[in-house]
Amino acid sequence: MTAQQPRFGSVPEVRQALKDVAYLADEGISGVVYLADRLDKPVLVEGPAGTGKTQLAKSVAEMTGSRLIRLQCYEGLDESKALYEWNYKKQLLRIQAQRVAEDTGGKWDEIEEDIFSEDFLLTRPLLEAIRADEPVVLLIDEVDRVEVETEALLLEILSDYQVSIPEMGTVSATQIPLVFLTSNNTRELSEALKRRCLYLHIDYPSLEREKEIVLTRVPDVGDHLADQVVRIVRSIRQLDLKKHPSVSETLDWARTLVLLGIQNIDADQARDTLHVLLKYQSDITKAAKELATA
Amino acid sequence: MIDLLAGFIQELRAAGLPVSLTENLDAMEAVRHIPLEDREAFKYALGATLVKNHAHWKAFETIFEVYFSLRGAEYNIDEDANEDEVTAGLLQQLMGEAQQGSAMDGLTPEELAELLYKALMEGDEAMARALARQAVTRYAGMEPGRPVGGTYYLYRTLRNLDLDGVLEKMMEAAQQEADGGLTSLEERLARDEYESRIDQLRKEIEAEIRRRLVADRGAEAMAKTLRKPLPEDIDFMHASRDELAALRRAIHPLTRKLAVRLARKRRHGRKGPLDFRNTVRHSLSYGGVPAEPKFKYPRPSKPEIMIVADISGSVAAFARFTLHLVHALNSQFSRVRSFVFIDGIDEVTHMFEGVEDITEAVHRVNTEADVIWVDGHSDYGHAFDVFWERWGKEISPKTSVILLGDARNNYHASQSWIIHEMRKKARHVYWLNPEPRSYWDTGDSILTEYATHCDGAYECRNLKQLEKFVDVLG
Repeated sequence: MTAQQPRFGSVPEVRQALKDVAYLADEGISGVVYLADRLDKPVLVEGPAGTGKTQLAKSVAEMTGSRLIRLQCYEGLDESKALYEWNYKKQLLRIQAQRVAEDTGGKWDEIEEDIFSEDFLLTRPLLEAIRADEPVVLLIDEVDRVEVETEALLLEILSDYQVSIPEMGTVSATQIPLVFLTSNNTRELSEALKRRCLYLHIDYPSLEREKEIVLTRVPDVGDHLADQVVRIVRSIRQLDLKKHPSVSETLDWARTLVLLGIQNIDADQARDTLHVLLKYQSDITKAAKELATA
Repeated sequence: MIDLLAGFIQELRAAGLPVSLTENLDAMEAVRHIPLEDREAFKYALGATLVKNHAHWKAFETIFEVYFSLRGAEYNIDEDANEDEVTAGLLQQLMGEAQQGSAMDGLTPEELAELLYKALMEGDEAMARALARQAVTRYAGMEPGRPVGGTYYLYRTLRNLDLDGVLEKMMEAAQQEADGGLTSLEERLARDEYESRIDQLRKEIEAEIRRRLVADRGAEAMAKTLRKPLPEDIDFMHASRDELAALRRAIHPLTRKLAVRLARKRRHGRKGPLDFRNTVRHSLSYGGVPAEPKFKYPRPSKPEIMIVADISGSVAAFARFTLHLVHALNSQFSRVRSFVFIDGIDEVTHMFEGVEDITEAVHRVNTEADVIWVDGHSDYGHAFDVFWERWGKEISPKTSVILLGDARNNYHASQSWIIHEMRKKARHVYWLNPEPRSYWDTGDSILTEYATHCDGAYECRNLKQLEKFVDVLG
């Protein structure tokens, strides 16, 4: 590991840069991104679904001009899919080729050394992020989906930015990547993992911020409509629902309304398009009732 | 700086937040990179390094406010005085010439109310903050050294401001402003907007009171009085209304977590013995070499659950939460049946069936179930007697019976032989008691008499313990 130039000068700078790539960060988000760079620590991002956790990593990659390497987590993810794998087919071929050559005097020692070299190594996202020469942003998405035991795979890379391969030795990072882990909080992550990360909780944005997001992401929407949209969404979020509308659903809804050519929402139109915003029938019924009888 | 942070971390730990040594070091490292005069950035730097669970954020915030409210030059009380002058100037502009020369202190209560209304109506935050400060000075009646909690002052201030009245007034004004009145949708939106502004004001007042209390008593003493249990540590039996609300909020994510965990546990049990047929079948693709051994995965059957809960006053809250939790998890069990009793017993399973909103169902249980037999005092003996007679034969070797209650039997007959018989038929019989272990078997509690026949008796005073138990169950 070599000390490298910090990527950002100050917190406001991060915020502005994120805004330039159409991600509106608040004080907390930009602060944590800034710290992640300064402290060389991964960021664990938690929060309700659809509040822009994954988007944050993408935007940071775009903003720093780095390549985004993404590891989508799922149950049953293992070493060979996350870290590295030996290309055993190629190894077999190599051995077989050697066997032919053996008659002419090849040595087993040589083969053994040969088949566990880089030529036979298949890099998977984590190792790839470490070995990359150009700047990268590593996104480990939905880390709460892997089993507790698999989490341990991540620990070495998160704290020391290195991967140990028994047959080869330790591969250290050529440059320290920015790492983002996202979690939907379906289970408690292990202490060991949390300890190695900075923690960032992204919640539903404030009214003003959400309006700004709508205006940036759906440029055709008028100021008046955007205002109405976010207000209605805020009202709906206050209800006791199975699933609250997320930011991405707010955007979808705004787009729908624009497509329908609506400039001013009334209760009927709101009710007719609620299904874009809410995904459970019981939620839709409840919200429709609430909006009708204020 | 190191001392200051160390003290702060001490306080966090005292409040129950787990802060490890490495996190402590990270925090020290982090604040080096942050301009110290930027309070928000400072707070987020500490938050990101020290708090790794969102449920703990509120506790962190409170402690932060208390601990750092008086540190640093710009947060001096003297500085407030300056600020007051600034706002006073602001006020004068607002009030026009009529009020020339009079600072905020000279306002009559009516004028103050009028100003507050205006500030809220226009969403002027700076103004609202200044007014909150003024309101506290005026109405809270704070005296140095008085041993009264912050809530008392808060109550006094809010009573004088009559925020509900202000809300109504704002709504009326909004109605008049719009031509031809507001549609119901618009009205609702306006109300939500004003409510959130008033809520903001209330928080402002709360913070102001806290700041003054800290100035009076010192940060350490204040932090101690403000120390509140984290949601997972709240005692069911002594929870206040706010705490109950916090519990209800906490229970939803908890059920999700537990469901995932139970499902996972079932799927990823240990590997079974070699599945010969399957292995041979797969060996065909390797030319007959059994390169990929296949195993038989044991598929444990899902347990059937019978909950028998005491819902008399003393343990009602606990029974509610347990019913809620277990029914929310019913996809993880093959069947969940619930029975509630006081001195009579009634089956309430149907109230949960086909209902999407469990809170609603739990509420119905409390109001509709027929559980009074004679006098409405707990009678475990009689309740078990009836249970055994009517539903006893439905207990099968797949059934886990969970008994909830404090076993305070009002000196009735215990009928503990029923539990003994139950255990013979059922897979497990558990007893959950919301009382601390040291209270068991005191007074009219006869827990041991029952517990000796159970597979286990668990103390279950808060969500953390309940969660642990459900894990055992799965």
